[in-house]
Amino acid sequence: MTGILKVAFKLLVNDRGKFFALLIGITFAVFLMVMMTSMFSGILTRASATVLNIGAKVWVMDPAVNNVASSIPMPDYVLNAVRSIKGVKYAVPLYSGGALVKLRSGTYQFVTVMGLDDATLFGRPALVEGKIEDIFAENAFIVVQDAEFGKLETPRVGTEFEINDHLGRVVGLARVNTSGLFGVPTLYTTFSRATTYIPSTRFTAAYVLIEPKGNGDLSYIKSEVQKLGYEALTQEEFIQKISSFYKYKTGLGINVLLMTIISFIVGLSISGQTFYTFILENLEKFGALKAIGAKGRELVFMILFQATFTALTAYGLGVGLATTLIVTARMRLPDYAAQITYANLGLAFVMVLIIAGVSSYIGIRKVIHIEPFDIFRG
Amino acid sequence: MSDLAVNARELNKWFGEGEARTFAVRDVSFEARFGEILYIVGPSGSGKTTLLSMISGILKPNSGHVLIENQDIWSLPDDGIADFRLNRIGFVFQDYHLFPRLTTVENVAIPLILKKMDWNDALKVALEYLDIVGLKARAQLPPVKLSGGEQQRVAIARAIASRPDLLIFDEPTASLDGDTGRKIVEFVKQDILSDRRCIIIVTHDSRIFEFADRIMKMEDGRITDVATGA
Repeated sequence: MTGILKVAFKLLVNDRGKFFALLIGITFAVFLMVMMTSMFSGILTRASATVLNIGAKVWVMDPAVNNVASSIPMPDYVLNAVRSIKGVKYAVPLYSGGALVKLRSGTYQFVTVMGLDDATLFGRPALVEGKIEDIFAENAFIVVQDAEFGKLETPRVGTEFEINDHLGRVVGLARVNTSGLFGVPTLYTTFSRATTYIPSTRFTAAYVLIEPKGNGDLSYIKSEVQKLGYEALTQEEFIQKISSFYKYKTGLGINVLLMTIISFIVGLSISGQTFYTFILENLEKFGALKAIGAKGRELVFMILFQATFTALTAYGLGVGLATTLIVTARMRLPDYAAQITYANLGLAFVMVLIIAGVSSYIGIRKVIHIEPFDIFRG
Repeated sequence: MSDLAVNARELNKWFGEGEARTFAVRDVSFEARFGEILYIVGPSGSGKTTLLSMISGILKPNSGHVLIENQDIWSLPDDGIADFRLNRIGFVFQDYHLFPRLTTVENVAIPLILKKMDWNDALKVALEYLDIVGLKARAQLPPVKLSGGEQQRVAIARAIASRPDLLIFDEPTASLDGDTGRKIVEFVKQDILSDRRCIIIVTHDSRIFEFADRIMKMEDGRITDVATGA
């Protein structure tokens, strides 16, 4: 069979015009599909940035919360009640809110403030400058050195600013694993300072973070939290909840889906049409092969091989192109939210296989029905 | 081994049914022997190509038998007929049907590749057959770089590469000028025909009748005359 596949390969690649048209069409479609899904994936990851950066195993929240930014503060008794649940190793409150910062230049900048439990500083970021104990100093804040850092006029340790008519002082610079989605700088401070400096509602804890004693305790903890009227989610479940919100409750998911489908249709049209033309042009030759003694299944293998080879080559090119663009864009644009995941690659791969399948089906139908007698008749 | 290359018995082929039924070949019986060149001649629509297709395992007759070495080829399964064509018959099509994207030698190697011969071995054997038709020097060129006569010879090399006993030529001179056409058929008679090979040629071209051993004339789907060639 390898010999006949080699013939198929030569027939395909030696017809350079059509081969390149096929490659370009499918490569472009793969590129678009991977780019669209990667951007969406990047957006979803950034939407869960706080969850990933804080790193708590279990999050307790109001059931109406559907993303980190729109937290609903809970009364203080929830923290105590959670702490008393069997299987909870420890539980700490987390403040999450927004505030306006007046910079040294006089301009204002909106920031996200994370208030960490005073006793444990659970969820603290890794510092690149300064000491963590300085967070207990007067007016102390830690600034996250991410893509939004420049919006605070690139502060250094010791830089002062004004936050809701309170003096703020930078005591450390930190780095986090993932930047946020909304282009807002992040400050870390203690829970008590956050609730003091930032005007808030009667209740202050946006989330209660739990460290369970063991994974076996999770279901019991969840059911007990549910009895309190709240919801306990593992980190993965919370990320999934946020993803579902952006996918299904905003226009984002459907728009990305539509663009991905359009890319697929473009790829399918170009590939299907070009491959069909390729088969039509070679139809008599396939008929001659049949007359010489090629069996139908050998011709089917030839066409399947041609379609699969083209699709997989274009898949590699498309993924390579998308990766190059994303890496380049990330070097130039720190805010660029796109990431290639195995799921993105898998989706594009399945779509490419469909493109190859449909294209070859069209060709196979023609070739199977060509009669060698037609070649004689001319 | 019988000296009969082809024994066709009472072949009928019609197209359409009922009142629309049209006979392309009607009650045709004939024999072709090893070592001879048999011409099938006649006007367009006389049934030559249909007859050729039936004896070469391409078009199934509505009735009748085609015996090759006492084997009725139309009793074989589909794969068996394909193998029969591959192993026993060499085709030279009117328009050659060479693959323009393959080199000349690769074109000649195709039947060998279909017979599962190793790629490199197939190319080596194909080169020997190109040598026979005098085109070894052009082995690496694509067919489109060759003249019509040369392409015809490549098609002949391809047809004989699988060492068939029956060679079928469909209008071999139709696309060639008179002189080239004569040279091709002369070459076929001198260098390709052998004691264990039969050649059947369908043609309109009376200029090459001199190379025939027998000429079978067809009209309206029937054999109207069989004459000995020049």
